[in-house]
Amino acid sequence: MSSNLPSHEKTIPWIWLVLGLLGACALPFFITNYHVFQVSMVLTYAIALVGLNILIGYSGQISLGHGAFLAIGAYTSAILMDKADMPYWITIPIAAAVCLVVGFLFGLPALRLEGHYLALATFALAVSLPQLLKFKHLEFLTGGVQGIVIMKPEAPWETLFGLKLNSDRWLYFFTLAVTVVMFMIGWNLIRGRVGRALIAIRDQPIAAASMGINTPLYKSLAFGVSAMFTGVAGALSAILVAFVAPDSFTVFLSITLMVGMVVGGVTSLPGALYGALFIQFIPNIADQISKAAPWAIYGVMLILFMYTMPTGIAGLLRLIGQKLRPTHP
Amino acid sequence: METFIHQVVAGIATGGVYASLALALVMIYQSTHHINFAQGEIAMFATYMAWTLINAGVSYWLAFTCTILLAFALGVLIQRIIIRPVENAPVLNIVVVFIGLLVILNSIAGWVFTYTIKAFPSPFPKEPPFGLHFISSHELGSIGVTLVLLLMLYGFFKFTPLGLAMRAAAQNPDSSRLVGIRVGWMLALGWGLAAAIGSVAGMMIAPVVFLEPNMMSGILLYAFAAALVGGIDSPGGAVLGGFIVGILENILGAYVIGTELKLSVALVLIIVVLTIKPAGLFGKVIVSRV
Amino acid sequence: MKKRQFTLTALCLSLAGFAMSASAQKKYDPGASDTEIKIGQTMPYSGPASAYGTIGKVQAAYFKQLNEQGGVNGRKINFISLDDGYSPPKTVEMVRRLVEQEEVLLMMGTLGTPSNTAIHKYMNTKKVPHMFLATGASKWNDPKNFPWTIGFNPNYNSEGKLYGQHILATKPNAKIAVLVQNDDYGKDYFNGFKEGLGAKAASMIVATASYEVTDPTIDSQIVTLKGSGADTFFNITTPKFAAQAIRKVDEVGWKPTHYLNQVSASVGSVLKPAGLDKAVGLISMLYVKEGSDTRWDNDPTMKDFKALIKKYAPEVSPDDGNATYGYAVAQTMVQVLKQAGDNLTRENIMKQAASIKDFQVPMILPGVLASTSSDDFALFQTIQMVKFDGKNWVDFGKPVTVK
Repeated sequence: MSSNLPSHEKTIPWIWLVLGLLGACALPFFITNYHVFQVSMVLTYAIALVGLNILIGYSGQISLGHGAFLAIGAYTSAILMDKADMPYWITIPIAAAVCLVVGFLFGLPALRLEGHYLALATFALAVSLPQLLKFKHLEFLTGGVQGIVIMKPEAPWETLFGLKLNSDRWLYFFTLAVTVVMFMIGWNLIRGRVGRALIAIRDQPIAAASMGINTPLYKSLAFGVSAMFTGVAGALSAILVAFVAPDSFTVFLSITLMVGMVVGGVTSLPGALYGALFIQFIPNIADQISKAAPWAIYGVMLILFMYTMPTGIAGLLRLIGQKLRPTHP
Repeated sequence: METFIHQVVAGIATGGVYASLALALVMIYQSTHHINFAQGEIAMFATYMAWTLINAGVSYWLAFTCTILLAFALGVLIQRIIIRPVENAPVLNIVVVFIGLLVILNSIAGWVFTYTIKAFPSPFPKEPPFGLHFISSHELGSIGVTLVLLLMLYGFFKFTPLGLAMRAAAQNPDSSRLVGIRVGWMLALGWGLAAAIGSVAGMMIAPVVFLEPNMMSGILLYAFAAALVGGIDSPGGAVLGGFIVGILENILGAYVIGTELKLSVALVLIIVVLTIKPAGLFGKVIVSRV
Repeated sequence: MKKRQFTLTALCLSLAGFAMSASAQKKYDPGASDTEIKIGQTMPYSGPASAYGTIGKVQAAYFKQLNEQGGVNGRKINFISLDDGYSPPKTVEMVRRLVEQEEVLLMMGTLGTPSNTAIHKYMNTKKVPHMFLATGASKWNDPKNFPWTIGFNPNYNSEGKLYGQHILATKPNAKIAVLVQNDDYGKDYFNGFKEGLGAKAASMIVATASYEVTDPTIDSQIVTLKGSGADTFFNITTPKFAAQAIRKVDEVGWKPTHYLNQVSASVGSVLKPAGLDKAVGLISMLYVKEGSDTRWDNDPTMKDFKALIKKYAPEVSPDDGNATYGYAVAQTMVQVLKQAGDNLTRENIMKQAASIKDFQVPMILPGVLASTSSDDFALFQTIQMVKFDGKNWVDFGKPVTVK
């Protein structure tokens, strides 16, 4: 992990952000509903990757099991909507709170573990969660092996500024709003005391402790916050797909999240977005290149990405930006 | 009581399966300080190579030997061509490369050999040993093979100059270069040996679980847990870890929590062990003084 | 002159009338046209259930050959089968792509209970035929609430019930052990089985063990089940684990009356790897012809099938139960399309699917006829129990009607 200052310590090009946001708002009216659905899913992955980034990139721990927090967030939302008849938008903050607590509680014993051992522990979490979801004594809540089917929310208004709204478009805007909020929270966290403490702990743990940083607290907090982001992503994806089942949250999902984070760019907020685009669209592209062995193409692309872009897509863009900017004496 | 003994013995048998793959993981760790997630797929691919040879009419032991050599070559090639460019990259990038490798091998195996299960022959007699039904001859034989591998590995690392050179290359590449060790080739050798051990593991496992591209994915997690519980740098620990995991899983499933949650509970227990002894039961605790 | 004019006018009018009625008879919904019919499908070509991918491969080959022979009613079948990796969110994405982007006329043979559950409501809301699902869950036969969904497999619940009733009738004091896959599929079979045993279920079932699809082996479960002292065994597993179970049961020296669920009854893909000698005495159910069964050696459809996969899908083994199953589904689909003729609206397709009258699908066992009605979408009403004699499955008793 590089010990350079994160890229956003430099000035943000506000103009790009505003343009990007405007473009994102206009997007659903130019593309088909199916593509709107896909882009909404990309946004949820981006939120999850921000969470993973906080844990792996900034606090230097590792997780091969973040799919578990996606599952917890998704199931929280689904159970509240299905069993408690709650409106979908309220389930998001509740899922966030639940995952914050669960993540923090998981982070506490995980403090003793490092590197490979922590990887195994998080892997174990990802593997055992589907079993728990299928457990017959919890079936009344989780729907057991059958999962839970949710009613897909409808748009509250027929039109918005004269443009037609349907369920997909409305959910897209809802997801976009949540994404912007989560990214802002992430941005503030990373730039603030918590972020600096985490980076200090990651790079020089002993020095950080001697400076008075409460290492165990911050490391567990990192787990909790990371889980919270991923939980929100899970809740959103449950609403978008309108179905949760143990089969939706396999170990491969956790691995895919980690892959997306590395490809997008570790320690980079926009990297979360690039990584999300990668994990959503590259498998589809690979499928079109080769019907016989699409995952082989995906694997080759992964390896090529690692050869050519060791700091991720965000890192590559940063390099290009530096080359293009006129050099100052 | 008889069932209990049977469960324990069955646990040892399954544990033998985990132990053999765990040995390959330890091998790769001791020579490169990385845990290769693609180890299971390399073993699976090697087993398919053996299957192809046997299907073409080659005798079992000849195919067995050829496969070990082919797997060794495959391991060396993978290290030299695919892993070398990212040798000095951050560990996460290397992990992503491993995952890419895993997915490629799995997908190609599925494409070439299809996903239907295939029977794989066993070199051991069909009759159970001593007429008892607790364990099959094959499972007993596999445990024997694993123990032989273990002894060979232990001896190699402890007593041969090459083994020492490999350990040095993994622990301190720069100093090793200064004393004349060809670090690059040590790494390649490590990969080759790990692939060879993996191929033996695969050929012992396939008769039990049947050969198919996803054969190793369930086992890899257990092998990983076994290697860590025993101590990732201790081959003996990894094998013992495999048996412990196998027995623990069986006993938990049969007597404690039922088969629906046995995996979760087994993993929780392993993590508890690791929080108490973070380097594993037989691993070396590395203390860094500030 | 007048006569000529009259004849000419009459001719023109009748031609016009004919043309109008002809074009009035041709009705198309998205995905259908004069030249093609678009059929969509999702299949797990990767992931834990990838062994079932053979089904899609055989169906693709079938349609390819059919197109070369002229297609159905002069239209070629454009069969688009996408990989969903057995992951419900991926299924939703792929199905939305097929329906909204590719605009297929209908979906055929989508595989997997969780995958189909995820798209169940969507297909019915969008009013797109959701046909011949490759799963036997009982919930697909619900024409009142889900009029656009029609299953194919005889449902798992009924099959389990059949075995339960059989044990009650033949071995009322049996001690039963059950190995069940821990998912929807396993639970469906198990519930049916318990229903079949009725009030005696709790007392007769002395041991149950479950396993996950991600488990490497089920050896421990078999040991537990044997240790319970049971003399009857109901094996609810998917092919890989069925083979492991058959092998292990033999290894531990346990000789129960062994019932095996139909999904794993293929001689080529399960019994042969496990060891044919170990499978003697196994009881199961069949409705599709088996490629390895010698009594079909001269059967025309079996010969066609073997020639087809030899030419278009050589990596598929003719003994694979999934292959003949896929072929049977494709044949049924073609029958429905033929019945629909030129009226290729989605509504008419469903109407035709709901009015199949005693149709003998060539690849299905003779005597097991396909019949549907508007209030009962279950395709196959009879099941034939079979016993394995070491080489083939042999009919065991009379075909039983199931509901």
